[in-house]
Amino acid sequence: MSRKPQPEGGQAPVVQRIRLRYAKRGPLRFTSHRDFARAFERALRRARVPIAFSQGFTPHPKISYASAAPTGVASEAEYLEIALQAVVDPAVVREALHAALSPGLDVLDAVEVRAAGSLADRIDASRWRIELPGVEPADAQRAVTAFLAAAEVAVERLTKQGMRTFDARGPVVALVASAVPDEAGEVPCAILDLVVRQVTPSVRPDDILSGLRVVADLVPPVPPRATRLAQGTLTAGGEIVDPLDADRDGAVVGEP
Amino acid sequence: MSVFADLEPLLPLVSKPIQYVGGELGAVVKDWESAAVRWALMYPDAYEVGLPNQGIQILYEVLNEQPDVLAERTYAVWPDLERLMREHGVPQFTVDAHRPVGDFDLFGVSFATELGYTNLLTALDLAGIPLRAEDRTDAHPIVLAGGHAAFNPEPIADFVDAAVLGDGEEAVLQVTAIVRAWKAEGRPGGRDELLLRLARTESVYVPRFYDVDYLPDGRIQRVVPNRAGVPFRVHKRTTMDLDQWPYPKKPLVPLAETVHERYAVEIFRGCTRGCRFCQAGMITRPVRERSITTIGEMVANGLEESGFSEVGLLSLSSADHSEIGDICSGLADQYEGTNVSLSLPSTRVDAFNITLAEELSRNGRRTGLTFAPEGGSERIRKVINKMVSEEDLIRTVVTAYTNGWRQVKLYFMCGLPTETDDDVLQIARLAHEVIRAGRAATGSKDIRCTVSIGGFVPKPHTPFQWASMAPPEVIDRRLRALRGAINADRSLGRAIGYRYHDGEPSLIEGLLSRGDRRIGAVIHRVWALGGRFDGWSEHFSFARWTQACADVGVDLDWYTVRERDATEVLPWDHLDSGLDKDWLWQDWQDALSGYEQDDCRWTPCFDCGVCPAMDTEIQIGPTGRKLLPLTPV
Repeated sequence: MSRKPQPEGGQAPVVQRIRLRYAKRGPLRFTSHRDFARAFERALRRARVPIAFSQGFTPHPKISYASAAPTGVASEAEYLEIALQAVVDPAVVREALHAALSPGLDVLDAVEVRAAGSLADRIDASRWRIELPGVEPADAQRAVTAFLAAAEVAVERLTKQGMRTFDARGPVVALVASAVPDEAGEVPCAILDLVVRQVTPSVRPDDILSGLRVVADLVPPVPPRATRLAQGTLTAGGEIVDPLDADRDGAVVGEP
Repeated sequence: MSVFADLEPLLPLVSKPIQYVGGELGAVVKDWESAAVRWALMYPDAYEVGLPNQGIQILYEVLNEQPDVLAERTYAVWPDLERLMREHGVPQFTVDAHRPVGDFDLFGVSFATELGYTNLLTALDLAGIPLRAEDRTDAHPIVLAGGHAAFNPEPIADFVDAAVLGDGEEAVLQVTAIVRAWKAEGRPGGRDELLLRLARTESVYVPRFYDVDYLPDGRIQRVVPNRAGVPFRVHKRTTMDLDQWPYPKKPLVPLAETVHERYAVEIFRGCTRGCRFCQAGMITRPVRERSITTIGEMVANGLEESGFSEVGLLSLSSADHSEIGDICSGLADQYEGTNVSLSLPSTRVDAFNITLAEELSRNGRRTGLTFAPEGGSERIRKVINKMVSEEDLIRTVVTAYTNGWRQVKLYFMCGLPTETDDDVLQIARLAHEVIRAGRAATGSKDIRCTVSIGGFVPKPHTPFQWASMAPPEVIDRRLRALRGAINADRSLGRAIGYRYHDGEPSLIEGLLSRGDRRIGAVIHRVWALGGRFDGWSEHFSFARWTQACADVGVDLDWYTVRERDATEVLPWDHLDSGLDKDWLWQDWQDALSGYEQDDCRWTPCFDCGVCPAMDTEIQIGPTGRKLLPLTPV
């Protein structure tokens, strides 16, 4: 087999990997994953981060993303990994990238990769908060009870492969309804606290809402507002461990 | 006073909501109360097209640099959001601070093309601003048109309060000063007095201060001011010394995907190549270059501010900059080994361009080159004054192939004055010749060319402003015949791509380009029938336009396929682009006899009239300066 021709020179080798946690907040929750990826590559250039590039005639910056929150869903816990061609202080990189991105795309944490295992290996569940303006908390509670009582809740979603039907109940680890603290005269607003396992196809907040409609006819009058609060490793106790902790712990172990 | 709380629940229900939320790098949100003059600037097309627009970005920055001036941006909303905004009572808003457009002092709309007129009506209506200028009160913004289409704003004279012709940098500051003073004095005389003050500058056109009389046959008899102190003719603005105006300094960097993801530097403004179809080349004279050193500084700063990895060196004919060789090699040196790519759109057909393209592609691949011979036959190229011989064209394209380019795009126009079927069929012969010569020179079959055809639209202030348009049936027949001729040789035809547009949208663009005030009723009718985004083929409806013409009693052919004679008063004759009407007529006659006109940058002045009329002069180098290596950081 003939080898593809390669440009002369080639790219500098990777000497360091850094993992970042970032948030998508407020109006910028409408940033799609593609939008974020473009903005992040521009931020790398503005911040002069010594990013490593892939080989070939169209070198790409080496960035790998963990599963991204859907467009329109806010997040406090998105993760990505960058490969660098020079060693830098993760704290400096965090600050520089944070400053180079629009306010609302906020870089919260950065650690050097020290421990084995990819980001994806450490992410098997997410915690979401879903606000349902205009929904009575009691109605939300009834729907949640019916949902949890069901063994399976089939929902439909349009995916890239077309309309798919899948079970939204199975991957749900926890689903709790509560109310926004009462403000006199305000419209009611129920809150859902949701922990769901990462499966394929992924079950997202809109799928859970479809499920609540299926089991209890719960139809929010205005579009709900969802936020991913955490994603990471699910413990036996139902807690979610930040996937960057292993690298931080690795750093502690590795130091004299 | 932000409407975002009302807009936000609608956003999950529409496509690409990110385009409505603002938050771009470079965006400015200023305090409303402390601003003396407030501008809403609009590009009347979708955000993805409007955001990269240089004109809006420049004016936005120039205005916001003034401490007591606030400028925000707004774009056309797609029909899905328009419907929801009407349902929920959300007004046309700015993307910066989501303020209602109706609350601003001035609503400036930049028209690059006439097909944005229906979008103006949508925006006015959503903003709660009466569509007709005469129905507005002191509570409404002054609606001000700019951009190239403002050189004949008569079709939208019913809907705009004023229009500014030419370069905007200084014009917006002058308008701002007048509004600032009028407001500070307590708004004496109301809206009428403010418009009068603007009109008296002789560079702001206020349609209501002019009466148009018509002859019994429908032609215009005369256009005269109906107020004392209003000038008979309104003159265009010209920004001299572009080095003093190095904008954009803080380019807007969107989160949404847009049509251009690059930092663009205008390397010069104006063009005197004299292509007779080209309105931009006629109305932006004289040529004013930015110096090589200012260009270098703008590129370095623009990349730093934006994080873009592509730089576009823009102008009407970029290879004509007096120091383009040094600019290209200097920038290529500075950015060699980085992932920054440089591009030079709008180039002529000659071998020099390939040398430039080679410099600029040092960092990247040789994907495609574009040349614009515009006319298929040597005869028609003389008519349009595009001086390219067939020999030059083929030699240039073959050089591109032998230097590693695999794909070449060739632009042509269809429907040009005096055009015959044969002129268009010659495009096929030319394309065949290009592929045949390219295969012979490279010994490879792996070369392609794409033939791309645009419809010719006669524009005001050009030598073709008197010309008749070919009917769409004729255009469509010629384009079909051309396809047949290209594919007549299957081996060569396989290597040739063919792209074209139907003749119908061009005819409507022609109606709007050379229309008079009576066309306002057509635009209003089309809009009422649901016309939106007429520049988009999936939204444009020819049937809607012909129906609207019939409904309001406008003869489409009279405005489009009718040739005008020397004595006819044209709707834009009272708007002064600096071009001498007698010279334009002579150039039109020269076109008909195939007589070419040279470029005044390297031959003596041919008296087009612009420099003396506008008190301007050609500003070109060479400066003899060089780009120095960038200092490593």
